[in-house]
Amino acid sequence: MQEKLFAITPGLTEASTHYCPGCHHGIIHRLVAEVLDELGVLDKGILVEPVGCSVLAHNYFAMDTIQAAHGRAPAVASAVKRVHPEAVVLTYQGDGDLAAIGCAEIVHAAMRGEKITTIFVNNAIYGMTGGQMAPTTLEGQVTATSPFGRKNAEAGRPIRVAEMLATLDGPKYIARVAVNKPANVNKAKAAIKEAFTRQIRGDGFTLVEVLSTCPTNWGLSPVKANQFVEESMMPYFPLGVYKDEEGKQ
Amino acid sequence: MSEKILIKGNEAIGEAAIRAGCRYYFGYPITPQSELPEYMAKKLPAVGGVFLQAESEVAAINMVYGAAAAGARAMTSSSSPGFSLKQEGISYIAAAELPCLLVNVQRGGPGLGTIQPGQADYFQATKGGGHGDYRLLVLAPNSVQELFDLTVEGFDLADKYRMPVLILADGALGQMMEAVSLNVKTAPPVAKPWAVTGRQGRKETNVVNTLSFDKDASEQTNRDLKQKYDLISRQETRCEEFFTDDADVVLVAYGITARIAKSAMEKARAQGLKVGLLRPVTLWPFPAADLLRVAGTAKAFLVSELSTGQMIEDVELAIRCRKPVYFYGRTGGNIPSTEELYQQIVEIVNKGGN
Repeated sequence: MQEKLFAITPGLTEASTHYCPGCHHGIIHRLVAEVLDELGVLDKGILVEPVGCSVLAHNYFAMDTIQAAHGRAPAVASAVKRVHPEAVVLTYQGDGDLAAIGCAEIVHAAMRGEKITTIFVNNAIYGMTGGQMAPTTLEGQVTATSPFGRKNAEAGRPIRVAEMLATLDGPKYIARVAVNKPANVNKAKAAIKEAFTRQIRGDGFTLVEVLSTCPTNWGLSPVKANQFVEESMMPYFPLGVYKDEEGKQ
Repeated sequence: MSEKILIKGNEAIGEAAIRAGCRYYFGYPITPQSELPEYMAKKLPAVGGVFLQAESEVAAINMVYGAAAAGARAMTSSSSPGFSLKQEGISYIAAAELPCLLVNVQRGGPGLGTIQPGQADYFQATKGGGHGDYRLLVLAPNSVQELFDLTVEGFDLADKYRMPVLILADGALGQMMEAVSLNVKTAPPVAKPWAVTGRQGRKETNVVNTLSFDKDASEQTNRDLKQKYDLISRQETRCEEFFTDDADVVLVAYGITARIAKSAMEKARAQGLKVGLLRPVTLWPFPAADLLRVAGTAKAFLVSELSTGQMIEDVELAIRCRKPVYFYGRTGGNIPSTEELYQQIVEIVNKGGN
């Protein structure tokens, strides 16, 4: 009898995702689903999904889901958690959704110490709308709306969300991870697990920023895209734990 | 004996909401409605409810979206410029068919305008306001008692039809104090099997979503909404009529303006003039059929609003231009006096109603 080494996790449906080849959303979805299953909270999970490529995440997660307006997932999630304090509530947001149009909502949800978890997928570009500049686009990076490369003098320097939110008192756990290679995937899973464990414990706001690829809009092969994460993104967006505070507020 | 108290309009809305079982209030301060969030901040904790002051009106309406999706009775309130900021969220709530109560205590606009009363958000309230094909059930109280009663009823209507219900008030109503009977008649609770609660053993997931890439499914959503709105038009259209049976001139006004119009009508009647009043209680659905019936006997209509003329369009449509429609509006925070409206009536009567 052979041992089963890999199976569909109960946290995900059997639907095939619409994500582009080489995109990291599939990996990140899987990690979140595995963690919620391992923590035994799938039945209590409520996903608030963003606008962007993961706007269809409700097709993939086997969880109750609310589709939020662009950027507003943290406000929606704040209310959901107040109505169902026993639920495990997460927002899954991209960098345009969270760091541009929804910057106020994430800052204030974090400031209030809402007992929710945000999975923040940073791929330095707008994916779904066709590769425009994001607040996280790197200096010099060419996008559809920075055709000559992002100029800091005009667009400012890219927002480091994990570092920014770590200055607030409300968050209890903030980490930046990547899923560009197996070792990083394992670390990312551990960070995601820690974030949800803190939420279940009632500590406060938790966020895991995941550096991610967008091969299609970056114009790179999946392999080159993984290299871009390592060589171009990580120097500006260093991996690590930015907030790790014990105890209840 | 019923419990009766002297209470400010804005606070009466809050008291009514709590008695109607609303336990979640999300809002952002703006004059002239801030007594309402203040009241909720003070009173909700004692009944196990949540008052949350949002970082913006945009966040507040999206919190309402979340709480309503989670199955709770939730509300928000604001005044004109703040209400404009909520429009995107209201469109989402209407599309997702979530029940909730919205309150707009109108001020003078446009822009930052003034903190004095206005009724110039009529178009925004009754014609959609946000993007897409949707309607709100719009209730227009004209007293503090009605602010109380229609707030209670608004929650029931929201649950019954799974849609946002708007209390369209104004700064005068919000700020005035009147005696209010606190009798609450609520409908039995409505089951919400669609609510997002976490699966809790359910096999299928509950999803609140307003996006569809399928144009046929998207069209069907709009057709389904239209069908619901048609049903509401048949079942929930309401107005109040005074002396419309024999009136030559019929005043049409809602909210605070309807009270002034009523005084002007009474003065005219005392002078032997045949004047009536039709007061829409629901602004959407609009009492078009009632107006058309009245147009069979009336010689002319006089519409009065705190705007340069918005509801007048619905009145003209309703009576299909069969009789002349005159307009008298004060705007920018001003309200007409009884005498001003009476003079308008006299002028129309002197013209023979034509």
